[in-house]
Amino acid sequence: MNILPQGPTRIGLGLEPTSYQIMNTEPEESQPSRFNGAISTLIDRLAGSVFIMPTVLALLFLSIFPLIGSLYVSLAKFDIAKGGYKLTFVGLGNYKKLFVGSEGDHFLGKFAPSTPLTWVVFGLVVIALAVFLARYLLSVKVSTGGLIGRVLLTLGSGMLTWMLVHTLWNGGRLGTASVTLVYVFVGIFFQYTLGLSLAMLTVQNLPGRRFFRVIFLLPMMITPVGVAYMFRMLTDTSKGPFTPIWESLGLINFSWVNNAWGARTAILIGDIWQWTPFMFIVLVAALESQPIEPIEAATVDGANSWQIFRYITWPAILPVTMTLMLIRLIEAFKIVDLPNVMTNGGPGTATQSLTYHAYINWRALNIGGSAAVAYMLLFLVTFFAMIFVNLIRQRTVETL
Amino acid sequence: MNSKNTLIKILSVMIVFSVLITACGGTTTTTQAPATQAPATQAPAATEAPATQAPATEAPAGKIFDGVTITILTFVGPQVAEPLQRRGPDFTALTGAKVNIVTVPNSDLYQKVLTDATSGTNAYDGYLFAPSWIVDFAPAGLIEDLTPYVQKDKDLQWDDVAPFFRDFNSYDGKVYSIPVDGDMHMVYYRIDSLKDAGLEPPKTWDDYLAVAKALNGKDLNGDGTPDYGSCISKAPAQQSYWWIWSIAAPYIQSKGSSQGPFFNTKDMTPLVNNDAFKRALEVYKETGKYGPPDETNQGVGDSRGLFLSGRCALTMDWGDIGPLAIDKANSKVVDKVGAIENPGSKEVLDWDTGKLVPCDATTCPYAEDGVNHAPFASFGGWAGAVNAAVDQKKKDAAYAFFSYMSQPAQSSKDVVVGKTGYNPFRISEFKNKQAWIDAGFSQTAADNYLSGIEQSLNNPNMAADLRIPKNHEYIQVELDRILSQYIAGDLTVDETMKQLYDSWETITNDAGRDAQLKFYKGTLGQK
Repeated sequence: MNILPQGPTRIGLGLEPTSYQIMNTEPEESQPSRFNGAISTLIDRLAGSVFIMPTVLALLFLSIFPLIGSLYVSLAKFDIAKGGYKLTFVGLGNYKKLFVGSEGDHFLGKFAPSTPLTWVVFGLVVIALAVFLARYLLSVKVSTGGLIGRVLLTLGSGMLTWMLVHTLWNGGRLGTASVTLVYVFVGIFFQYTLGLSLAMLTVQNLPGRRFFRVIFLLPMMITPVGVAYMFRMLTDTSKGPFTPIWESLGLINFSWVNNAWGARTAILIGDIWQWTPFMFIVLVAALESQPIEPIEAATVDGANSWQIFRYITWPAILPVTMTLMLIRLIEAFKIVDLPNVMTNGGPGTATQSLTYHAYINWRALNIGGSAAVAYMLLFLVTFFAMIFVNLIRQRTVETL
Repeated sequence: MNSKNTLIKILSVMIVFSVLITACGGTTTTTQAPATQAPATQAPAATEAPATQAPATEAPAGKIFDGVTITILTFVGPQVAEPLQRRGPDFTALTGAKVNIVTVPNSDLYQKVLTDATSGTNAYDGYLFAPSWIVDFAPAGLIEDLTPYVQKDKDLQWDDVAPFFRDFNSYDGKVYSIPVDGDMHMVYYRIDSLKDAGLEPPKTWDDYLAVAKALNGKDLNGDGTPDYGSCISKAPAQQSYWWIWSIAAPYIQSKGSSQGPFFNTKDMTPLVNNDAFKRALEVYKETGKYGPPDETNQGVGDSRGLFLSGRCALTMDWGDIGPLAIDKANSKVVDKVGAIENPGSKEVLDWDTGKLVPCDATTCPYAEDGVNHAPFASFGGWAGAVNAAVDQKKKDAAYAFFSYMSQPAQSSKDVVVGKTGYNPFRISEFKNKQAWIDAGFSQTAADNYLSGIEQSLNNPNMAADLRIPKNHEYIQVELDRILSQYIAGDLTVDETMKQLYDSWETITNDAGRDAQLKFYKGTLGQK
């Protein structure tokens, strides 16, 4: 005996109200009825697949096929041909260019010779990674998938560390991969810190707090290109509105954009200004939704403000914090508007992000190279998102 | 009831299947523009709808393009697109064809045109772009051969177009684009400032640096603040890849225009790793010492604005500065601007050794007072090309529109106005100085400005911009990136030359060395 919904309601026509009947699996029916029953069963079986197919196809067309298509493009060379274009398969040629070819300097940066300091920093990171791996191997929860994931994480982190310690100082130069990492991690750190500080302020019972809540949100509502033009104007030391200030400080012949770190700082300030409100609004909601009783109890017990924050507020907002970080992490990797408008990626290539790098290749009709950069960006985002989700967020939530 | 349910189920599933099948199989998309539908060699439309029927001076009787709408893609305004937008309604009134102008940033234009044409989208019927790009589009059959149109179009007055621009808009002996602008780099200087300082306009790039150094920090516009000796933009993805060739050309090319400054015509090796290009890089970087502090982030609009506001003693630019400088509403240097052909060099490259050697009758046959000049026709001027894959009627209308814009009746009015971004390219525009005076030039300013351009155009050692397949990748991608790293101090001069040499060699090898060499020699008039 099966309990199955009967009638046209199963295919969603709404001709009859939904009803459930007790159906006998061994019916004693006439020949036509048995035939109808068989057809009905077949249609029932097909109907689910058929009706879900449009959605599946839409997803395939909009997500999966483009992903596969762009993967093929990243393995190909685009050329203009008679009447159109042709794609020639070049294997991993575009990726090879990024790592060891003509694009290597642009993508990975210029590696300075190793010094005792770089060895020390790299050595410390390697030791930390080895400890991390050893602790997992000695634990009771070892699984094949977990082990593979951690080995990949260790290797990836090791390579990224090697790249950073050789490009960040001592004559090295950051490539688009490292610059993107700087934008992501420095930007998110300041956005979160400022967002949390402002949220803590506005949940206090201060005069005008509602007004400031709205004001703090404004930057997020402005288009990034608008923000970029505004900061381009603000950082213009010869024609911008702050020119009198620069002049009064004796900085007449000073320019943010002549120096690589000056230009990156200008872009980071713009990015922080725009995205701090996102952190702010979510953290305000999180702070306001925490129960008041533990705070009152702690106050009665004589806890000071720091202790209340550390032991009550912080654990309460930690899950929201983790989600916020993850969303911003994924979003921040795609930064392109600010460097494009504020500095054109300069001076040199100092402020170019990975998305900007892909855009330059695309603009040059180096479609394969552009797709290869985009895939490297995808790998990088996935790598950090996986680390975040599987290790940091999981452990954080577990400790709560 | 059971039969009814089954029937409804069958019908429902069939409907969904039908929709899916229709959606999947409704069209047969081609990724290639159908060359067979509109081959470049097809009979021209001029006989059906001759462009001569759409001149400004002779309005056609029957509005031959009634009901036709053409879409033209070009560089974002206000310059360049402005005359197209302004004159579009006039053209509609004359011919009935409605004109839509779509604009994109200059850095995206090449990609946008090629994506449109190669993907078969064909959203644009014509393109106003750099004529140096026709070598990419014409062999692929993406743009129309306009020779038959031009031959029948008396109002275009093709012979009035200066020979260099006629040639620059042709490929393999056929005309593929119609010029509306003539581009030539020149150096502009402040007559009053140089005179006050007892300085002569620079003849060599060393002179240029000396004048810039001498006037840097002086108050040039009387506002009490120190100004700049030189303003030449250096921002990435802007124009620096053209400025560097204006500086490098006289060091590299000395044996006439057919020698070419970009590649060695023996083996297609790039001429960017030698003492001549090294000197050009050093000069370009040194001009930044006498410029505004944020020059590395300035485009030509910024440096032009500074010059017109009286803040620069020297600048290098296209012909736009002339008409802009006489605009009393926006210029503080009215009648204070002199124009000269680009400075030259007293030393030139020995192509065999890669070293600089002094100019003499053998090494510099075209030298003036021992100085080798090679004025650079950078970019070549904006020109209109017609999409080969659109309907014949649209092709005719697009051609007619470009012809209309280029004809002397319109062109002579547009080139004297700074905001158009169009510079003179017709012989009559150089000769008829009254048009310039009527536009607000003083006689002296008109003489000075036009003689600067004519001097450059008539120089037998003038250097033309690169016109081989992938020129966009050589110049606007690789040179731009590497040059901006050099300007930023990321690369030494030797690293810059090596990186540029290697990247250009990679492009040449990818495209085929022999084919590229044949193209290059062809553009120089060599066999």
